[in-house]
Amino acid sequence: MVIGLVVLGIVLLLVLILVGIYNSLVRARNQVKNAWAQIDVQLKRRFDLIPNLVETVKGYMKHERETLEAVTKARNLAQQVASSGAGERAKAEGELGAALSRLIAVAEQYPDLKANQNFLALQEELTSTENKISFSRQFYNDSVLKFNNQIQMFPSNMVAGMFGFTAAEFFETKAEEERRAPKVSFT
Amino acid sequence: MWEQVRSNRIRSVVLVIGMGALLVALGYFLGLYFFDSPTAGLAMALLLWIIMSLVGYFQGDSILLSMSGARKITRDDHPRLYNIVEEMKIASGLEKMPDIYIVDDPAMNAFATGRDPSKASVAVTSGLLQKLNRDELQGVVGHELAHVNNRDVLLMALCSVLLGTIVILSWYASRFMIFGGMGGSRRSSSSGGGSGQIIIIIVAILLMILAPILAQLIYFAISRRREYLADASSALYTRYPEGLASALEKIAASAEGLRSANKATAPMYICNPFRKKGMAASDLTSTHPPISERVRILRAMAGGSFADYNRAYAEVRGSGSGLMSAATVATVVGAVSLRQAKSEKIALEPDEVHRARETSSVMWNLHDYKTVSCDCGTVLRTPPRFKSDTVKCPHCGRVHSV
Repeated sequence: MVIGLVVLGIVLLLVLILVGIYNSLVRARNQVKNAWAQIDVQLKRRFDLIPNLVETVKGYMKHERETLEAVTKARNLAQQVASSGAGERAKAEGELGAALSRLIAVAEQYPDLKANQNFLALQEELTSTENKISFSRQFYNDSVLKFNNQIQMFPSNMVAGMFGFTAAEFFETKAEEERRAPKVSFT
Repeated sequence: MWEQVRSNRIRSVVLVIGMGALLVALGYFLGLYFFDSPTAGLAMALLLWIIMSLVGYFQGDSILLSMSGARKITRDDHPRLYNIVEEMKIASGLEKMPDIYIVDDPAMNAFATGRDPSKASVAVTSGLLQKLNRDELQGVVGHELAHVNNRDVLLMALCSVLLGTIVILSWYASRFMIFGGMGGSRRSSSSGGGSGQIIIIIVAILLMILAPILAQLIYFAISRRREYLADASSALYTRYPEGLASALEKIAASAEGLRSANKATAPMYICNPFRKKGMAASDLTSTHPPISERVRILRAMAGGSFADYNRAYAEVRGSGSGLMSAATVATVVGAVSLRQAKSEKIALEPDEVHRARETSSVMWNLHDYKTVSCDCGTVLRTPPRFKSDTVKCPHCGRVHSV
């Protein structure tokens, strides 16, 4: 009788622990999904900003056709791979980011442009969108790290194996070095 | 790491329970003293606490916001501030965008309210908007959203309600004892007196004097700890502790106190609104750690993680133990690298003059003034009670419709 109760207690405890681990795995996976959706929102926002920016800047920067074309090209390329995996996408987005910061660096040479209210507002939007992309990427990667740790560490790895949780992919821009705009000073 | 810092939370809970125990003890002995029954005292203390908690819970944030004279802004009022808050919302993983308020005050300060992260507000003063650049403002907003994300707002509200109850209870009890002293003496004579009664009286008086002081010290201890933690979280969100460090430096250098703050709302702000210049605030009776120390810790950080903050904290404070336990720190595996200063972007950032104009323009708009820009470069503002449909530019004589 007593032994039966003890066994029952232990089984109940095990089930509770199992449920707890499973729920925390689901929570971590949902966080990864949400974080990914957030990156998506910000990348789309950048796509939408670019035509506007190019349009505003075009009139002032007659001699910078190449820079402008590079931005448009990078944007189109990034848009094409928008539905593929994190790795491929990160590369295209990294190149777009680099092209954009080159454009902003060049724009500094044009005092008229710097006085244009429309451009200033756009520039704030662009700066902020770049920040939002990197912050959402940062949050995504942290979430992925947490989720992957849970999947690989004992005892949650057993639960993860049982229910088929698979590791998520990091979002890393290989072009991190290029993203830092060339250090040019016009002052 | 986005899970809350557990060991810290446990410590805070223990301190809150300590305050609760103080309240219970106070109620118990006051009941014994005045009514001869501990239950009556306990019931009174509990009732007072419940009423104050309910008011605090449902009205706390609106009371705080209206007391500080904060005005809610939309994205169009101040796009940069809105963007920065949104950036920090993303970095901290908050689910809902907090409401943003501006307090029209030249002092530099900021605070956050909201009992849970889905109903949060963050307020900054116009002085802060003028004097801080983008990175610095980001650090400050990160610090405030960290308070929201760490549930500090709720914790501090809970503590201040407990503190308030203890203070009010002791205050009234002491008045009763002094001016209506009959109750105590009548009771002791009717029940025959004895050494037990004297002990009760002594304990009741001691508690009455000591409980508010003790509660206040506990409150300050909790508050200071949460400040460090919010600094650490801000550095983690922005990956740029220098931003917050230089913001804190600028805040420390400005001598102005905040007009609309009071003692109850002080812990909600990013730095102590009552501090005087040159005050060494590292004593037990301060809601905030000294700014110079916070700056030194932030500057000593080698990376952006809690582990880095912890190391810097131990180093600067010269103590062996850090702020957080090893278990907390270990939630982030691997190095969290800091980001570079964005020198190439700062060049195009609005300078202080521009920011001052921008901020004052926001404040005019928030007070229902209308803005008319004339082609000659003059900016005209019409007050809300302006009756006429047209306004004439005093410089060039052009007539504009309002």
